[in-house]
Amino acid sequence: MSSAMRFRSGMLTHILLTVTIATGALVAGQGSVQAQTRARANEAGAVSDPAQVERGKALYGVRCTFCHGADARGGEGGPNLVRSGLVLNDTKGELIAPVLQNGRPEMGMPKFDLTPAQVADIASFLHTFRAAGRDPARNAPPNVLVGDAKAGQAYFNAKCASCHSVTGDLKGLGSKIADPKTLQQTWLMPGAGRGGSTVTNVPPKTVTVTVSAAQKFEGRLERIDDFTVTLVDAGGMSRTFIRNGLIPAVEVHDPLRPHKDLLPMYTDKDIHDVTAYLASIK
Amino acid sequence: MTNLKTFLFAVALTLTPGVGTGQALDPAELLKPLSDSWPTYSGDYSGKRYSALTQINQSNVKNLGLAWTSRITAGLNNAGGGGRGGGAAAAPTIIGGEGTGELNESGPNSRSSRIVSSILEVNGKLYFSTPDNAWAADARDGHILWHFVWKTKGGTHTGNRGLGMWGNRLFLETPDNYLVCLDATTGKELWHKMLAPLSQQYFSTNSPIVIGNHVMVGLGNDLDSPAFLTAYDPETGEIQWRWHATPQEASDPALKTWANLTAAKFGGGHMWIPGSYDPETHLYIVGTGNPTPAYTSKSRGEGDNLYTCTLVAINVDTGKLAWYFQTSPHDTHDWDSTQTPVLVDAPFNGRQRKLVITATRNGFFYTLDRVTGEHLVTGKFSPTANWDKGVDSRGQPVRNPAKDFDIAGALVSPTNAGATNWMPPTFSPDTGLFYVTTQDSYAMYYLMDTDPRGSMGLGGKDEQGAGSLGTFLTAMDYKTGKIAWRHQYPEAGAWGGTNVGHALLTTAGKLLFGGDPGGNLVAYDPATGAILWHVHLGDVSGPAQTYMLDGKQYILVSAVDSLYAFALN
Repeated sequence: MSSAMRFRSGMLTHILLTVTIATGALVAGQGSVQAQTRARANEAGAVSDPAQVERGKALYGVRCTFCHGADARGGEGGPNLVRSGLVLNDTKGELIAPVLQNGRPEMGMPKFDLTPAQVADIASFLHTFRAAGRDPARNAPPNVLVGDAKAGQAYFNAKCASCHSVTGDLKGLGSKIADPKTLQQTWLMPGAGRGGSTVTNVPPKTVTVTVSAAQKFEGRLERIDDFTVTLVDAGGMSRTFIRNGLIPAVEVHDPLRPHKDLLPMYTDKDIHDVTAYLASIK
Repeated sequence: MTNLKTFLFAVALTLTPGVGTGQALDPAELLKPLSDSWPTYSGDYSGKRYSALTQINQSNVKNLGLAWTSRITAGLNNAGGGGRGGGAAAAPTIIGGEGTGELNESGPNSRSSRIVSSILEVNGKLYFSTPDNAWAADARDGHILWHFVWKTKGGTHTGNRGLGMWGNRLFLETPDNYLVCLDATTGKELWHKMLAPLSQQYFSTNSPIVIGNHVMVGLGNDLDSPAFLTAYDPETGEIQWRWHATPQEASDPALKTWANLTAAKFGGGHMWIPGSYDPETHLYIVGTGNPTPAYTSKSRGEGDNLYTCTLVAINVDTGKLAWYFQTSPHDTHDWDSTQTPVLVDAPFNGRQRKLVITATRNGFFYTLDRVTGEHLVTGKFSPTANWDKGVDSRGQPVRNPAKDFDIAGALVSPTNAGATNWMPPTFSPDTGLFYVTTQDSYAMYYLMDTDPRGSMGLGGKDEQGAGSLGTFLTAMDYKTGKIAWRHQYPEAGAWGGTNVGHALLTTAGKLLFGGDPGGNLVAYDPATGAILWHVHLGDVSGPAQTYMLDGKQYILVSAVDSLYAFALN
């Protein structure tokens, strides 16, 4: 809490005047890191311009802080940006820009109308957190491989093997997804949620709409609420049906249903065990 | 009733300015059950969002049609709004604020263009707000009368919950932490006061609540600066009293629930959603926010961390705590308990009782006596919530530390966004049911920061969604704490952000209104959840509301940058 105390007790003005970059290190609570961070060039060699960082900090405060946190370590629903691969790989906004422009609606992230210069400002501010985010003295390396692979194999055989096989669809999964945390998120809920890998091929939800005994339509589920359902059939044609209670009969087929049904059943040990087992499937 | 009379008299004495003009809010309106007008955040002080209006009812709701629509244009460099393409004279734009204007948002995707606020309806005028912006509109056709823009210095621009009104004055909280007092007739600023320093990461989204001659203001903060509720004088903006959510002095008896005074002082508990008010007891009943550091909680000690995640009753005359009930002792998931409490007079165990009901973000539902704080019922409205080890003798859930988080990941329900969130619930005396928007969702919570020295605010963890089993309109029985029925929104995913709409309304016309995740405004039968009427608006962002004007009842809702009013054809 010592850094927090200083942050509050009037040091802020001084810090802002000295160099904005220090803010990132301050959050880390490591004085030595703070010194190192000053005027530090990021990986790509671009030296942060204090004025640009200041503009970026202000923009970040308005648009981003609520979800990603004032310290970029995650906030209301938004992930930690300090450790985000995309942010770490970005040099001056080129990777961040498409995310801001398009949003990530499936994760609840809205679009933002920002000029390229404003995106660069925000990127410049985010990159001031880089050194602090990588301080090994501070960050516990995410050690996800704590489970018992043998127990995981037993769990897999009991609960997963009716749909999956480590010599079939999951062959080499531990090599395809080398990062254990990504592997864990991916097998828990493939193609959904944060942090999962995109190497898995998750079939889409489908729907059967029965208008009458003679008229039945099937296809990929495009959209559904209580009042309409839209499917795209095998020929690529989009069809929308008005729903009136149970008419027409609508049956949604969710390929991830078995994964969802397991969520209330797992213990954390089960999850860690299965991850250890799948990580061993090279 | 003696108390009530005294109070009304006191209010009348203090409320001289503006009462004579046609615009002004008669203070007596604020003490009435919700009916023709909508003079405060929840419509009335009870938080029930139950309207006595019956013109629109179960038998004729199928004839509900569009009465008018109106679109706002947020930000600077936009004159008025609402006259777009119509050739009407632009409404005046009034500009205030201490910033340069460079940080003000505008454009279709900006949060300043997304109306999530409750909309006041007083004497034929509507008053509403978004971050940095406020508008007045005519309640008969929605045309904009004036637009106020605050040049911001920054701060989190996530949403604005609405305006407070006293006489002919409106009160707006801004993201950079000012309380701005506006003339309701002209939109011109009368004064503004700084609420808290922006540099300490405070931000303000709340709707001020006017009670007598007090303007009640709560703030937000996602770092760990001290949390407080402040009463301001509506005339001068001077501070009348301030109540801190956590101990600020060694003499505070709540300090024993914290590791030390420093942890307590910066322990969170921000009240960023309005409370409800009981005029008979003069108690303002409000839910407090999460403790901080939110996740790596070691520095807070093993105690309950009072009064975070707590329903508190504050005497509005003195600013002193009358009673409390902690809805989430020692929270470790940033599940603040800021949800709107609902005050109900209803039978309980064979006798009429004065109750307060709340469904909190952690998945639990409570019924208490609102005069004493006595616990009556605890239930779970999200059956998947898995972070507790049961309920103790005080009626409080006992946290399971194994579900706090784990370096290797702990599977927890609900997600950080909660089993419910800020969206207001409703209660219908006709059915005796409490209605709330809920989700059954899971996330993996990874501990990323094992060094409590550096843990602040919401940092220290990585939360990654693991899937949702459904999003629901849920009806709860206040007598048992059990789910009476729930309607699952088909295939609707978990809400990622916290700015979804779905705030609910019930009416004496035996109707339940709310937005759904498909972008529809829907009328349900409150007894069964059966669907009676709907219209697709695209994205229902704000609460469903109602008012009566010239003998016509309107249903009012906002969908992003547009207002829609419906009436019987």
